[in-house]
Amino acid sequence: MLELRNVSFQVSEESKEKEILNDVSFKLEDNKFIAITGPNGGGKSTLARIIAGIEKPSSGQILLDGEDITNLSITERANRGISYAFQQPVRFKGVTVLDLIRLAAGKKITVAGACEYLSEVGLCAKDYINREVNSSLSGGEIKRIEIATVIARGTKISVFDEPEAGIDLWSFQNLIQVFEKMHDRLHGSILIISHQERILRTADEIVVIADGKITANGKKEEILPTLLEESSVAGCKYWQKEER
Amino acid sequence: MDAIQQQLLEAVAGFHEIPAGAYNIRANGQTAARNSSANIEITPKEDGTGIEIHIKPNTKKESVHIPVILSQAGLKEVVYNDFYIGENADVTIIAGCGIHNGGSASSQHDGIHRFVIGKNAKVKYVEKHYGSGDGSGERIMNPKTEIEIAQGGYMEMDTVQIKGVDSTIRETTAKLEEGAKIVVMERLMTHGHQTAESRFKIEMNGKGSSANIVSRSVARDESHQVFFSDLEGNAQCSGHTECDAIIVGNAKISSLPQITANHPDAALIHEAAIGKIAGEQIIKLMTLGLTEAEAEEQIISGFLK
Repeated sequence: MLELRNVSFQVSEESKEKEILNDVSFKLEDNKFIAITGPNGGGKSTLARIIAGIEKPSSGQILLDGEDITNLSITERANRGISYAFQQPVRFKGVTVLDLIRLAAGKKITVAGACEYLSEVGLCAKDYINREVNSSLSGGEIKRIEIATVIARGTKISVFDEPEAGIDLWSFQNLIQVFEKMHDRLHGSILIISHQERILRTADEIVVIADGKITANGKKEEILPTLLEESSVAGCKYWQKEER
Repeated sequence: MDAIQQQLLEAVAGFHEIPAGAYNIRANGQTAARNSSANIEITPKEDGTGIEIHIKPNTKKESVHIPVILSQAGLKEVVYNDFYIGENADVTIIAGCGIHNGGSASSQHDGIHRFVIGKNAKVKYVEKHYGSGDGSGERIMNPKTEIEIAQGGYMEMDTVQIKGVDSTIRETTAKLEEGAKIVVMERLMTHGHQTAESRFKIEMNGKGSSANIVSRSVARDESHQVFFSDLEGNAQCSGHTECDAIIVGNAKISSLPQITANHPDAALIHEAAIGKIAGEQIIKLMTLGLTEAEAEEQIISGFLK
């Protein structure tokens, strides 16, 4: 189980302290799927980076299965079972898709084994396996490779920061299936930051973050109707309604 | 051949034993072994300054190995090797130089290679440079490659120098006739106080000729690198030069690409980028469980692959 206790995060901006996250607490139970949603700039990506260890909270604690991991490095957290898919995946000159998947899997997997992970995210493996993870890949392609690296790790906690961003509609269908499959098959917990109603519907629980604070947290059945209602009243929404 | 020489030979040529086909192995300024084949003739120059390699027209899928090794400290040599590649030939030439210097005097090998590539001939030229030994004497290599490619000819040049060479000045010139093409991939890594300078001058003189010069380098510690690339388009042609460099530590790198169009249909591009490893790249690999040092190694080895 992953638990955040009273996590706050401030940055200095023009000699003023700016609060990005303010006293955020929630639990990600084993084998649960939490979706985090809320307006842009509300602190969601910072939260994901804090879980992965890329940012250190100004105060508060992060616990993994009861162990305080607040001061552990990115590498140590990765080795304890936290995976993180970047919102904007990183490109590398010279590093191939196969290299990256092998590094993610943490062992010398066969080419066929690596290809399976690519197929899971809807990429025709033979076209991609030997390509470099460089700027020749489109935004959607690199995004799917990023998700494949997290699947290849198969850890107990997987954090995805807006996996739908940059993915076309056709692949989006496929992506939903990927998360459903991960949720059903793997015994692990998933945390997805998303603005998509379809993804929110797949989750067990929804956490809403706005202005650095949790404004709602509960079962999907309770939270989702209130989100749908809010948007129809306010006339502006921070998630995308499913097309029917 | 002693153990050190064998080790050098393996590092630069990838073999311990005498290779099959045509070869010329030069060790400490002397010819250690030489063999010509039915289509590839290797002969010493009359004045004793090097060798001539004649490859008959239409020779297909054959290779020539011409490694040079120096294990005697203080040895300095200049060697001229001339390659004549016949029309329609398709061959691989593997050159390389390894210097082991355990002494205090510097060792130096300056190899001047001339290539005359016939019509529609195809050449792959692989060159590896390597230095070893813990003596205070410098290991110096100054390779010079002069290339002429006739109509429809093609040359692919793949050069690697990633360890142990203290000082190097590389010079490559090429003149391309109609439809001729050259592709160069240079990979370089310098450590400590090493210096490396690489210069390219490519003249595209024939219609439809093309050149692609790519350099990837890593400068570590206090080392210093300079990259010059000069493409001249004198006909309807296409040229591209790219220098990508990573700095680690306090190293210094200069990149000076130059492109000149002397013809309205010359299409030329230059790209150059120098910088540290991007922080996000290291972070991504750390989220996969690598340490910071492992991530850095992985990024560099991929970059120089």
